[in-house]
Amino acid sequence: MSILNIFRRKTSRQIAKDRLKILLISDRVNCSPEMMELIKNDIAEVISKYMKIDTSNMDIQISKTAGGTGRNGKVPVLYANIPILDLRN
Amino acid sequence: MSEVIVVTSGKGGVGKTTTSANVGTGLAEMGKSVVLIDADIGLRNLDVVMGLENRIVYNLVDVIEGNCRLKQALIKDKRHAGLYLMPAAQTRDKNCITPEQMIKLIDSLREQFDYIILDCPAGIEQGFQNAIAGADHAVVVTTPEVSAIRDADRIIGLLEANEIRKIDLVINRLRHDLIRRGEMMTVDDVLDILGLPLLGVVPDDENVVIATNQGEPLVGKGSMAGQAFYNICRRLAGKEVPFMDFSKNVTIWTRVSGLFRKSLQEERA
Repeated sequence: MSILNIFRRKTSRQIAKDRLKILLISDRVNCSPEMMELIKNDIAEVISKYMKIDTSNMDIQISKTAGGTGRNGKVPVLYANIPILDLRN
Repeated sequence: MSEVIVVTSGKGGVGKTTTSANVGTGLAEMGKSVVLIDADIGLRNLDVVMGLENRIVYNLVDVIEGNCRLKQALIKDKRHAGLYLMPAAQTRDKNCITPEQMIKLIDSLREQFDYIILDCPAGIEQGFQNAIAGADHAVVVTTPEVSAIRDADRIIGLLEANEIRKIDLVINRLRHDLIRRGEMMTVDDVLDILGLPLLGVVPDDENVVIATNQGEPLVGKGSMAGQAFYNICRRLAGKEVPFMDFSKNVTIWTRVSGLFRKSLQEERA
């Protein structure tokens, strides 16, 4: 790995493409940030019944997966990353 | 059997009217009978792009409201025998007609014309609903920019929801110099995101501005954009036409700077 890698910037083409991909996923499922927050809170509440989780660091987003029947052969999926603090019985 | 094509985009200013004018003119040049309908009521512009603004007496709303006969509102083009324009009303708004009235109007034009081309207004409100109501085929125009692609995606969703099965994409204002530098999304990037069949790619060309100034569509007139629009017309008529290679337009300087950039990239990698 060369020191030049530090200076290698992403082209604006790549930035545009990456931004659009994320933007269109939420546009297509018609899911507002407010609704995502509600979903996040509800999930946190349910999981908390069974184990102690770190709600401040939990991450919920809609992304997409290959192999669906959608326009690009991809379907949206709900992705949740929930750090567990303590596995209670 | 006539084909009803709506030219739409969602975002304004990406080239719907230019595309409508050039596609209509190109199809007429190929000997087809074509009517261009300006569905942008209140903000009509297809008449000026076609250079026919001084000939307007009646418009689309007059026909729908029964103030004139259908034929009286059809303006014959200056240069092409089979080409007509039905202008939009300028002093009314988009809510003064309904999708049902548009379907009726289009059906009354089907016998007379091979192609009925509707220039859709920007936005997703009533004007959009009116313009797509009677369409068999939608041509979505976008530019390789984030805002235009986002709106195009929304429009495609709405077209699908309205059961328009045939949807094609035109990518307008492509700048090969920016693409070469990695500062513009490529045709493949846009296709990857929107997932539509490609109907045409039109390069950014100053001749479009000149043609609009003069009120004469540039289709088939030797410019890059004119050739690209003519190719779109031929594809619409069912011909297989290879996509233009804009990278041919490379000067010695861009080659040298391209080599320099390439060697820099190799060094980095």
